[in-house]
Amino acid sequence: MNIIVVGCGKIGTTVLASLVAEGHNVTAIDYNEAALSALFNVYDVMTVCGLATDYETLAQAGADKTDLFVATTGSDELNMLSCFLAKRMGAGHTIARIRNPEYSERSLSFAKQQLGLSMAINPERLAARELLHILRLPSAVKIETFSRRNFEMVELILKDTSPLVGVPLNQLRARYRAKFLVCAVQRDGQVYIPDGNFVLQGGDKIGLTAAPAEFHKLLRAQGITNKQARNVMILGGSRTGYYLAKMLTAAGSDVKIIESDRRLCEELCESLPKAVVIHGDGAQQELLLEEGLQNMDAFVSLTGLDEENILLSCFAASQNVPKVISKVNRDELGQLAQRLGLECIVSPRKLIADVLTQYARALQNSVGSSVETLYKLMDDGAEALEFNVRKDARVIGIPLRDMKLKPHVLIAGIIRGRESIIPAGDDVILPDDRVVVIAAGQRLQDLNDIMK
Amino acid sequence: MNYRMIFHMVGQITKLEAALLLLPTCVALLYRESCVFALLFTAVFALCVGFAFTLFSRPRSQVIFAKEGFVIVALAWMLLSAIGAIPFCLTREIPSYIDAFFETVSGFTTTGASILTDVESMSRGLLFWRSFTHWIGGMGVLVLIMALLPTGSGRSIHIMRAEVPGVTVGKLAPRLRDTAKILYLIYIALTLVEIGFLLAGGMSAFDSVVHAFGTAGTGGFGVRADSIAGYSPYLQWVITVFMLLFGVNFNVYFLLVMRHFGKALRNGELWMYLCIVLCATGLITLNTVSLYNGVGETVRHAAFQVSSIITTTGYATTDFNLWPDFSKAILLALMFVGGCAGSTAGGLKVSRILLLFKTFRRDLQRQLHPHAVGAIKLDGKRLDDGAVQSVSAYILLYFVVFGAGFLLLSLEPFGLETNFSAMAACLNNVGPGFAAVGPAGNFSIYSGFSTLLLSLAMLLGRLEIYALLLTLTPSTWLKE
Repeated sequence: MNIIVVGCGKIGTTVLASLVAEGHNVTAIDYNEAALSALFNVYDVMTVCGLATDYETLAQAGADKTDLFVATTGSDELNMLSCFLAKRMGAGHTIARIRNPEYSERSLSFAKQQLGLSMAINPERLAARELLHILRLPSAVKIETFSRRNFEMVELILKDTSPLVGVPLNQLRARYRAKFLVCAVQRDGQVYIPDGNFVLQGGDKIGLTAAPAEFHKLLRAQGITNKQARNVMILGGSRTGYYLAKMLTAAGSDVKIIESDRRLCEELCESLPKAVVIHGDGAQQELLLEEGLQNMDAFVSLTGLDEENILLSCFAASQNVPKVISKVNRDELGQLAQRLGLECIVSPRKLIADVLTQYARALQNSVGSSVETLYKLMDDGAEALEFNVRKDARVIGIPLRDMKLKPHVLIAGIIRGRESIIPAGDDVILPDDRVVVIAAGQRLQDLNDIMK
Repeated sequence: MNYRMIFHMVGQITKLEAALLLLPTCVALLYRESCVFALLFTAVFALCVGFAFTLFSRPRSQVIFAKEGFVIVALAWMLLSAIGAIPFCLTREIPSYIDAFFETVSGFTTTGASILTDVESMSRGLLFWRSFTHWIGGMGVLVLIMALLPTGSGRSIHIMRAEVPGVTVGKLAPRLRDTAKILYLIYIALTLVEIGFLLAGGMSAFDSVVHAFGTAGTGGFGVRADSIAGYSPYLQWVITVFMLLFGVNFNVYFLLVMRHFGKALRNGELWMYLCIVLCATGLITLNTVSLYNGVGETVRHAAFQVSSIITTTGYATTDFNLWPDFSKAILLALMFVGGCAGSTAGGLKVSRILLLFKTFRRDLQRQLHPHAVGAIKLDGKRLDDGAVQSVSAYILLYFVVFGAGFLLLSLEPFGLETNFSAMAACLNNVGPGFAAVGPAGNFSIYSGFSTLLLSLAMLLGRLEIYALLLTLTPSTWLKE
């Protein structure tokens, strides 16, 4: 598919890298020639230097024939205008990064309609939503939700004492008399899609799904309490922090924001009446302790510096804060942070890239049973995809036991209306179901791709 | 340095050469010539060498940087030539390996300089292989690899940059692989069209293909001792036009195919190239009109020789060695100018000359108005100072390399004109020079040392110096 990405900043580059890896023909537009030539040396893309709102530039990049046009520059207005022009020139779909919190939902939907935007993407809001998800169930590493929360998958790290350890998976299910499924296991950097004979070990990171009614029982057996984080300390009052504080206070949590910029503090104070805003340098451990770090349920580090986030998260972890989340944008630093023992890392850039990957994959396959939701699991080692089953899909009516699946592919769940099924050998897929598939090491575009 | 990736790529290229050798093998079979065994043996040998490289050197990571790109290209070209020379030796048609190596390098670098004293006695299979190396070397063998094999990372651009001549490398499509495919498609299409025109003029099928290869790669190997002189005026004009066409930047053709006519014609380099050809043809016609019967014939010879030399092809319809000094001086200057960037031609490239003149003009203006701010533009786009400086530096380096080569070649006792033009013809990938190495002579007069020196000069010229120079520099290989 032909895709144009405007802006080669942090977000633009990450988006572009993941789209190239997906096998799309990507053209990058930027005003900065040096940034473009750096990009040109590393990624297999075409580059066009110029203003993205200039007809000549857009024509040179082939905006009239492109299937997807993504504007990711730091300026909302430039993104909107270039998307509008590209759409008028004949671009298939346009996506703009719009992040100013002043734009309300209503004005956004108006703008989307008038400008012909397919999607308005707000990285900070996206990150905040992801963080909120994690804070809803702080004892897990991550939660992925499918089909409007009818189906959930929890990523957690097994302790050595966990009852799941040391027994083959097919015996576990009988022992618990609960319907659950271990969909993916990450061990020593390698991702496995386990079968019935797989034996879990302590330290494994697993993806777990279960029927909603039985989930809590199962998690309690894991020593995981289904308790939302009540006291949250947020470091950094950036836009992500603002959105997160707003969502958390709306959900009834107590939020403390620490921000070093006086003016920003005052603004936050005004817009977030329920949150406590502290003016001070978050890098001072004294200040964090004074503000009750040790009594917090969760500590979220959202400053603009990856390094600061990692170091302060380490400090918070050392003070026995149960849940520590750090925002780390750079991939290589994220891996380092994990080696330092920080389990929970959120990268807004990668979130955006995942959303766009999913969008592009759904576009590419608008005929068959297309991808509805896509999550990258286990540090990108596996993918969880939600498909909407069309009437002509090949998988319909075959009992899962008889279905010849490709290796490293697993059907993790079937959602039929409001009911979600943890599949066993007898289950079949019916038209209009939604199916959640876990796949490692391959790119699925269509539900039919899961069979040999 | 990612040694594994370097040797892996070199292995892939050697395997590709094995596949390419099958084509001349088929030709030899068709004419039932004995050289079929030598060609087949070489193909098998290349395959074994290729597999040895790829099996023993599985890359752990595909990541390469500019340095690896240069080294891959330089090693690949040297190995290609070393293996490609084997069939000439095995059949004893060129008994000395050094001479065979020179002939193959001359083929791959699209030079067309030959050590053969009697071309017409060669077997057709080997003549075909000799010309086929022109065709492969013209667009570049690594570009061919890129078009055929999927590349794991976007960093292959470093390889492309090292192989495709010109100031900057532009992509025609977002994917490098598609860009390489488009380039080869245009190349193949133009070659086929030329074969068609030559066949229509009554040239035999074998000769048509060989001359189309020689023209497409701007090489210059033929099948006759008198090059193109023995063919009809129609055929000479066809070859003139196609030599000029292959000297044009291939991006122009892509733009024409995509119907961006305005943009294609806004190419400053193209106009300067045509302008130089016209002026040179005019001046030489005036200078040599007394040598031939009538203006028509003079124009034909002048146009042919000018096209042949500026595109660094090296075909000849007349012995231009017998021309007056003024015409010879023009031809010598054209050797250094070369064709357009992004074409199959050698030389300095017209765009570099164009930029050099623009730099001169700006510096002149600065002498008059010391505070003037001058921007150097190419095709309406401003070039940054780094690019402008690197062009000046490249031209300087080019002449330094030329001077050094000429100095070493001067140890040979063949006179200034022969040695000077031989070095110029090899470094610029032209082929024939003047005096003893003129269109009527050949390079067999040179000793083994000088033959190797000239082979090196051809490779330096084709790969635009840096790739080979960096590969031969020890610090490239040492661990920092």
